[in-house]
Amino acid sequence: MGQQAINGIFLGSIYALFAVGYTLVFGVLDILNLAHQAVFMLCAFTALAFVSGLRLHIALALPLAAIVGGLLGILLERLAFRPLRGRADSNISGLISSLAAATIFESFALQMWGPDVSRFPFGTFPDKPIHLGAATVSALQLTIVAIAIALMALLTGLLSVTPLGRQIRAVAESPRAARILGVDVDRVIAWSFFISSALGGAAGVLFGLAFNSVSPDIGRSIELKGLAVIILGGMGSVAGAVVAGFVLGIIEVFTVAQIGSSYRDAVSFGVLFLILLVRPRGLLGHSATREA
Amino acid sequence: MLDWFLTYQSLFAFIGINGLLALSVYCTLSCGQLSLANAGFMAIGAYAAALLTLRAHAAFPLALLVATVVPAIVAVPLGLPVLRLRGVFLAIATIGFGEVVRLAFVNWDYTNGALGLVAIPQKTSLWMVWIALALALYVLGRLRGSRIGYALEAIRQDEPASRAIGIASTHYKVAMFAFGAALAGLAGALEAHFTFMVAPSGYGFGRVVDMLVYAVVGGDAIFYGPVLGAAFLTALPEALRGAGQAVGLAPGPLRLFVNGAILLAVILFLPNGLVSLPEAIRRWRMRRMPRAPLG
Repeated sequence: MGQQAINGIFLGSIYALFAVGYTLVFGVLDILNLAHQAVFMLCAFTALAFVSGLRLHIALALPLAAIVGGLLGILLERLAFRPLRGRADSNISGLISSLAAATIFESFALQMWGPDVSRFPFGTFPDKPIHLGAATVSALQLTIVAIAIALMALLTGLLSVTPLGRQIRAVAESPRAARILGVDVDRVIAWSFFISSALGGAAGVLFGLAFNSVSPDIGRSIELKGLAVIILGGMGSVAGAVVAGFVLGIIEVFTVAQIGSSYRDAVSFGVLFLILLVRPRGLLGHSATREA
Repeated sequence: MLDWFLTYQSLFAFIGINGLLALSVYCTLSCGQLSLANAGFMAIGAYAAALLTLRAHAAFPLALLVATVVPAIVAVPLGLPVLRLRGVFLAIATIGFGEVVRLAFVNWDYTNGALGLVAIPQKTSLWMVWIALALALYVLGRLRGSRIGYALEAIRQDEPASRAIGIASTHYKVAMFAFGAALAGLAGALEAHFTFMVAPSGYGFGRVVDMLVYAVVGGDAIFYGPVLGAAFLTALPEALRGAGQAVGLAPGPLRLFVNGAILLAVILFLPNGLVSLPEAIRRWRMRRMPRAPLG
């Protein structure tokens, strides 16, 4: 029981970290960035290249890969989102252009690293088990949870107290009003993409370390999990995404333990479906206003 | 000529099947809804037909009929609640549905789980695919300019306004959702009896993205646009095969890259798809023409 809870929290921390970036961009732009998973995947490969190619320590490779992810986010915004801004159907066309960008990123990864699973070199992270009562947790798992929680706390702090955070919240509320009040909206959006993609990238590196497998399609399954998380948490709500990430992680682990591993994914989509039908605003979201 | 035709026979069949799938996505797009449930409907159609011919030895026309009708029947109770959602929420809910269908087939022992069904009799011939496509095009073409067509256009432009003038938008949306489901199911059945196999992995999120890409690249403002997009993108890998070897890129990544780049270029520069290309070129020429001197 305790062991399951620990595994759930571990899985949930990665889901939450991934989904926080998703929901941040949705909150600011009202656009679902389906290329988020591609950034996640490319960053996992980037960290792998840093560790095995350049022989960097993982403690250095992780932040560097996250920065690469952030830059990819800025590129993504320039390439796929900014040209569409102001178009009447920008939330649908933005979704489609982000799919296009994801495809391009994936082709890049396929060309560079091939379709097979790549692994971090042995001993990238010293892995020793720690006993907590009857449950066992590895140092790696503990570190991953700690890093994920620290990053999410950092984001929450950034959003609530810094000038940039205030500006991001202002743009999320109303881009037009923010512009009138002198906020450089384009700059704020670019920063949101940087932060979102850096967090998504960090999640990718942690995922790659946790399961020690990196392949061009690792983003695919987490993308759909991330959707379930942001719906459960309430679209655009960062706190909601954190809570929902852990909730989904724990639900999944208990499903595997109680019913069997083949139903793991079905449960998360069942949850997603139910929430959309019963409470579309999610656990912590605000009620939606009428879209005209 | 005949040689050439025989060489590319399967290509033509896939163009027709993908054309049907693109039209199935177009059905909901035509009333402004982005639904991504179609890979799920396709799977239902494919499995239903394959089980009928493989296990019950049913006649092929009957299997096709069932594959068309069953997804539509599933679509109605699904569509009624789900189509109340808008924009990305509808997209996400329907992605969820598609995944649930796929996972259900993965976990269903009767259909061999993740391995799927194999050795399905090959019953699909090229003319069947093209007749199905022609019929779908005919129906969708007839809608244009009809009462229903105008209602769909009004819902696409502004749904609350369309309801205000007395259009029962929910009925229209659910009807088009079900029609799209029927087309996807039919395409699934035709494909299953052309490639001899069905497996859950063929009906994942990537598959519905492909359908959407066909529709958007071809142009979703008019009914024949998606078919054009499907034909273009299905034939493209054949054309790229030589080009990829020339520049030393593996065919897989190259195909992905070209698909992504074309989709991006179309959505940025040709929002109405390839169909609007002649129009766009004409406008570009007009702008470049020197102005006639005044006076």
